Amino acid sequence: MTNPLLRIENLTIDIYSPDGVKELIRGLHLNIEESKIVALVGSSGSGKTSIGLSILRLLPAAMAIREGKIIFADEDILNVPLEKMRSLRGRDIAMVFQEPLSAFNPVFTIGCQMNEVLKFHTALSWRQRKGKILELLDSVGIPEPGRIAGQYPHQLSGGMRQRAMIAQAIAANPRLIIADEPTSNLDVTLQAHIIELFQKIRKELNIAMLLITHDLGVVNALADEIAVLSDGRIVEWGPTQGILKDPRHPFTTELVNSLVT
Amino acid sequence: MSKKEKHLSQFQLAMRQFGRNRLAIFCFWILVILYLSAAFADFLSPYSYNNEDRNYSYCPPTKIHFFENRKPVRPHIYGTHLTFNEIHKRVYVAEIKRRHDIKFFVKGDEYRLLGFFPARLHLFGVDAPGRIHLLGADSRGRDLLSRILFGARVSLSIGVAGVFISFIFGLLVGGVAGYYGGTTDNILMRLCEMFMMVPGFYLMLALRAAFPPDLNSLQVYFLIVVIFSFIGWASLARVVRGMSISLKEREYVLAAKAVGLSDFAIITRHILPHTVSYSIVAMAMSIPGYILGESALSLLGLGIQDPYASWGNLLSEAMGIVYIKFAPWILLPGLFIFVTVICFNVIGDALRDVMDPLLKMEGKAP
Repeated sequence: MTNPLLRIENLTIDIYSPDGVKELIRGLHLNIEESKIVALVGSSGSGKTSIGLSILRLLPAAMAIREGKIIFADEDILNVPLEKMRSLRGRDIAMVFQEPLSAFNPVFTIGCQMNEVLKFHTALSWRQRKGKILELLDSVGIPEPGRIAGQYPHQLSGGMRQRAMIAQAIAANPRLIIADEPTSNLDVTLQAHIIELFQKIRKELNIAMLLITHDLGVVNALADEIAVLSDGRIVEWGPTQGILKDPRHPFTTELVNSLVT
Repeated sequence: MSKKEKHLSQFQLAMRQFGRNRLAIFCFWILVILYLSAAFADFLSPYSYNNEDRNYSYCPPTKIHFFENRKPVRPHIYGTHLTFNEIHKRVYVAEIKRRHDIKFFVKGDEYRLLGFFPARLHLFGVDAPGRIHLLGADSRGRDLLSRILFGARVSLSIGVAGVFISFIFGLLVGGVAGYYGGTTDNILMRLCEMFMMVPGFYLMLALRAAFPPDLNSLQVYFLIVVIFSFIGWASLARVVRGMSISLKEREYVLAAKAVGLSDFAIITRHILPHTVSYSIVAMAMSIPGYILGESALSLLGLGIQDPYASWGNLLSEAMGIVYIKFAPWILLPGLFIFVTVICFNVIGDALRDVMDPLLKMEGKAP
């Protein structure tokens, strides 16, 4: 068996507050295999997003990784120089944010911001980039990509924005996408569309994904594996169907029950 | 509401609102006229800035006559000769016999239009030996209107150039200090405070004194721009630093980091553009300071040197009360400075009203 694409070992994240230091994550282990979707579920405030950000080494200043290893493609990314890290971000590991309206810069058009990613991570010419942007927007199911590329984030609907966000994430052909609650701000029909889109991306591009969510419906539809985060640890981790049918940990049981009702 | 109207950008909305401010529009056009006249100073002025005739020293504004023997004729002026009255004051006596018609598009002093095209054409003028001084002449008999127009080149451009450089510097320093925080922030901000601590005018004088006094006018011009930029960046940098501290916490900055942009790209593309509404207002508001600063330096003889003209060094001729008494027109460059400064201030105020989002929320928005 080859090594997994992403291996998180014994990750401990401290959170600093005026009241002192607290452990947010304690000794977390998690693997993501190539082109597998792993769902990280947990209640809000449990540190799901922080795990996602720590993979990109973008934790906010109030948090720090105390110990542990994050190994991506056989490289300990907590120890690579910043320059190298920068080229990993966006090119090998991309992130889809929960709220695309605030994750896009309001003063630049969608096309302009996608162009930035391509400019940094590919050697394409200006003309090629332009074509690539239209292609990407088209591939995520955006009608009239030419028009949308010239629009500002606030001019798009929520669903279109999320699609554009995903298009930006897959722009440089990453091997891993960290999707931070990609559907929780969308209504149910749009959720279904985005889930479909993720399925398509996964099938066509073979991108592995860390799906951070608290919505077991989405997990059920997308994920190969579930990792349940509670109290700073992974309390249960296994194939989706198995865990949804037969939850062992009380917290998972609670989650699964909430899905049924 | 039509589709087009719905998608007006923030900038277009702001400009539309700006357009409703009549006074600001009026001032804007005054400035446009002033800047255009400065650009085409060679053509608009009857003489070159150093065309002198000592026989016309302190010659008062030339009277234009439209009638001769009560009959309307072409506008013309009369030649004059210089005498002194009983208190030895200069008196220019018009000689009816020496009539000079005012002609348009006449050939006069040679110049290069916009610095490139050699030309001799002037908008108006009179045939030699007559001289027309619509705003009077200075001590050496040089036409004040011509010198004001040429002086506008220096006085009007120095503000824009100074602001431009100091703002690039201020934005970068402020952006970097705010974005990195910590020690970088501390060092840069203490540096800013060092500059802000010294009163601007004395710093300006000290810096001017640090350079040799016998520079040519072009060098002095650049020196003044550099000095002003050197002084002006600090206050802007402090404000931008504050904005940058708050802007760097926005999610799109995190997103920009997540796609692997470099710090420089994040600062210049994702942080500084959001300070633009503040910076534009601050720019419009600080241009008058630069214009006045140049005038002050030139007035003290430290700026642009004779024979080159700037509004400040034209005013330096008016330093003695005696000259103001018998040749009050040499104060006119001051009027130009006054009008320009007022115009920039009015526009700056109007822009601030337009850019301030709080004002917009008070129901004024379309």
